[in-house]
Amino acid sequence: MPDTSTAPATTATPGATAAPLIALRNVCKRFPGVLALDNCQFELAAGEVHALMGENGAGKSTLMKILSGVYQCDSGEILLDGRPVQISEPRQAQALGIGIIHQELNLMNHLTAAQNIFIGREPRRALGLFVDEDALNRQAAAIFARMRLDLDPRTPVGELTVARQQMVEIAKALSFDSRVLIMDEPTAALNNAEIGELFRIIRDLQAQGVGIVYISHKMDELRQIADRVSVMRDGKYIATVPMVGTSMDSIIAMMVGRALDGEQRTPPDTSSNEVVLEVRGLNRGRAIRDVGFQLRRGEILGFAGLMGAGRTEVARAIFGADPLESGEIIIHGGRALIKSPADAVAHGIGYLSEDRKHFGLAVGMDVQANIALSSMGRFTRAGFMDQRAIREAAQGYVRQLAIKTPSVEQQARLLSGGNQQKIVIAKWLLRDCDILFFDEPTRGIDIGAKSEIYKLLDALAAQGKAIVMISSELPEVLRMSHRILVMCEGRVTGELSRAEATQEKIMQLATQRESAVL
Amino acid sequence: MANNIHSAPTASMATPETSPGLRARLFNPAARQKLLAFASLLLLMVFFSFASSNFLEVDNLVSILQSTAVNGVLAIACTYVIISSGIDLSVGTMMTFCAVMAGVVLTNWGMPLPLGIVAAIFFGALSGWVSGMVIAKLKVPPFIATLGMMMLLKGLSLVISGTRPIYFNDTEGFTAIAQDSLIGDLIPALPIPNAVLILFIVAIGASVILNKTVFGRYTFALGSNEEALRLSGVKVDFWKVAVYTFSGAICGIAGLIIASRLNSAQPALGQGYELDAIAAVVIGGTSLSGGTGTILGTIIGAFIMSVLVNGLRIMSVAQEWQTVVTGVIIILAVYLDILRRRRRA
Repeated sequence: MPDTSTAPATTATPGATAAPLIALRNVCKRFPGVLALDNCQFELAAGEVHALMGENGAGKSTLMKILSGVYQCDSGEILLDGRPVQISEPRQAQALGIGIIHQELNLMNHLTAAQNIFIGREPRRALGLFVDEDALNRQAAAIFARMRLDLDPRTPVGELTVARQQMVEIAKALSFDSRVLIMDEPTAALNNAEIGELFRIIRDLQAQGVGIVYISHKMDELRQIADRVSVMRDGKYIATVPMVGTSMDSIIAMMVGRALDGEQRTPPDTSSNEVVLEVRGLNRGRAIRDVGFQLRRGEILGFAGLMGAGRTEVARAIFGADPLESGEIIIHGGRALIKSPADAVAHGIGYLSEDRKHFGLAVGMDVQANIALSSMGRFTRAGFMDQRAIREAAQGYVRQLAIKTPSVEQQARLLSGGNQQKIVIAKWLLRDCDILFFDEPTRGIDIGAKSEIYKLLDALAAQGKAIVMISSELPEVLRMSHRILVMCEGRVTGELSRAEATQEKIMQLATQRESAVL
Repeated sequence: MANNIHSAPTASMATPETSPGLRARLFNPAARQKLLAFASLLLLMVFFSFASSNFLEVDNLVSILQSTAVNGVLAIACTYVIISSGIDLSVGTMMTFCAVMAGVVLTNWGMPLPLGIVAAIFFGALSGWVSGMVIAKLKVPPFIATLGMMMLLKGLSLVISGTRPIYFNDTEGFTAIAQDSLIGDLIPALPIPNAVLILFIVAIGASVILNKTVFGRYTFALGSNEEALRLSGVKVDFWKVAVYTFSGAICGIAGLIIASRLNSAQPALGQGYELDAIAAVVIGGTSLSGGTGTILGTIIGAFIMSVLVNGLRIMSVAQEWQTVVTGVIIILAVYLDILRRRRRA
């Protein structure tokens, strides 16, 4: 038996006495501008559920993508049964028995559930050229039966709900007979019944000796399912502790690097401020169903909910990016007719997309061009751009928002995520927008930049801007919002004041589906 | 369009527990588009048969079939590429290149007929393989890569042939490939030329391969979500190259048909055929964004185009106006497709 005591900083636990099923040693990974993983360690024993925790951006997903061959590490090694292995592509990971359920669903919508599950491993007949469609559907049906899931394997995945698509992903991972199964927030889009189902499946697999890496933010879930917990923070490995006998507070303290109590802030009372934006009865298909809310001056309204709950859709509809079927939008007391983003901007609405690179930023253009993009009318003289005025305005915002860039001529794509986000904010501020939609404003940016964005949001609210913040990170919603609106399946399922909001209450509202049938 | 009621977006979503049986299969969006295209084709034919008494003459119908053969085969080649969410602008000049290479092998080298056939298909596959490698390995966007191939192959055809047509007078039976009628020999009342027979054989083969084989499955998967396919451990580059290679081989068949019909390889021919082929694919309901499409739809699309041209001609509409009408039809077909998608979303 190889000696495992060299694994640094692991607490000895039962089940980790033999060579671990998987060991990651001293793994480093650098992305442009970010050291995503800094000398990380991780061990997984056969038959254990090992929770991997850390705030968003801590490096959990990156570490698991290295284990599953999506990324390659810059340095460090991966040991399987104590032997070093190279995993340079997903196919190799699969061959080694490492399966992963990605957080973003990776399915082919035009193909059926069964075709998705067995893509790349289709049962074949007639010289191995033809797909044996019957066997394919039979095998998929067998997996669904094992999962006690009532789903026709011939249904195109694009016609399933997000929760059902997730189940297809799980079925796909199960179909590999994997020895290692990585689940990246598998319950993010599931309701309680489905979560129970998932846990039953996980326990079955555990009994068969499969090692499971379980990434989740939900503490109560981890209590139920996890044996050990490893914590990461800012791309670094912090510690591994047994779940039993460890308090949640101490895990959180490891995650955030400090105790949580200092976090409670009292928001300013904005309940008597002027209502700057009111929407009533917004509808569009299944995505937006009878949504209404009010937004006041100086307020940060948090939009909470699961992926696909309709929050982004509501923001985009108000911004005029997508058409509405019905509904009223009232701005500063007057009905506004918004048919395009140009109309919305004219009414002082700015929208910061969750996907900066695609929708928010012209990454190939420089900082000043990006900041001035929405306000070109102001900088135009007889059809020509007033370059000097643009530069001065941009420099003003670079100073005011502390955007870290060598100059305003720097290409936007060369800046870090946090600074890119600030450029988009500057763009809307320059346009005199006083209603700002922030869609996942801190996604993909590191922890230092996050707190700067938070300060900036607070400062903007204090200046009287009205802010809607869409966020899937509950701690972020709880920390920043003055008031919280929760959505589920296109409907607003509840509104919570800052005082009454807890993670549990939000989750309950976020999973409050209309019916038991998915 | 009586089946429009089934396109209500919530109908299938509200009851996900019902299995997609025959009903769902008949009325799924792809089938609906096919029905729509087929109905349009019938409508056109009814219209022209009233507009001109000559339209339904056997000779005229045979001429429609004959004129669909080349475009139909090229459109089948394009269907594969477009389903994989690529595009191939080189199919027209690739067809000509294959015809020229058949001419080199048969006329210049005096080899027997079967070798000429193999040569045409081989050089089509080779050209497609080059396009595929440029796209998959060098990461050149398909539009640019195949635009380059279009010019490259056009130039090569001219260079190899010395800019003169290569005639197949010395190869016995070459014209029979497209012009004779095996069906007519069996059933004298049906003088359907072999070119059309080849079109249908290629169509059936391509349809089976697309829907039943692993290769077909990956063609759809590439167009639906390439990243998901990659993460599933499938060798995405290999299959992408395979799609273009296969498509190239089919262009080789088109090259044989056109060379046989003209009894010569005309090196200056070919440019412009790719756009007709793409138009047929799109009219047939294959989405340019990839992931969906059928060979049957493409064949219907190709027939819509040739019925339109034929019908307008026997109504004595000037050729210039025929082109205008074809343009309008293409835009209309894609617009209908967009409308349908929007309603579903």
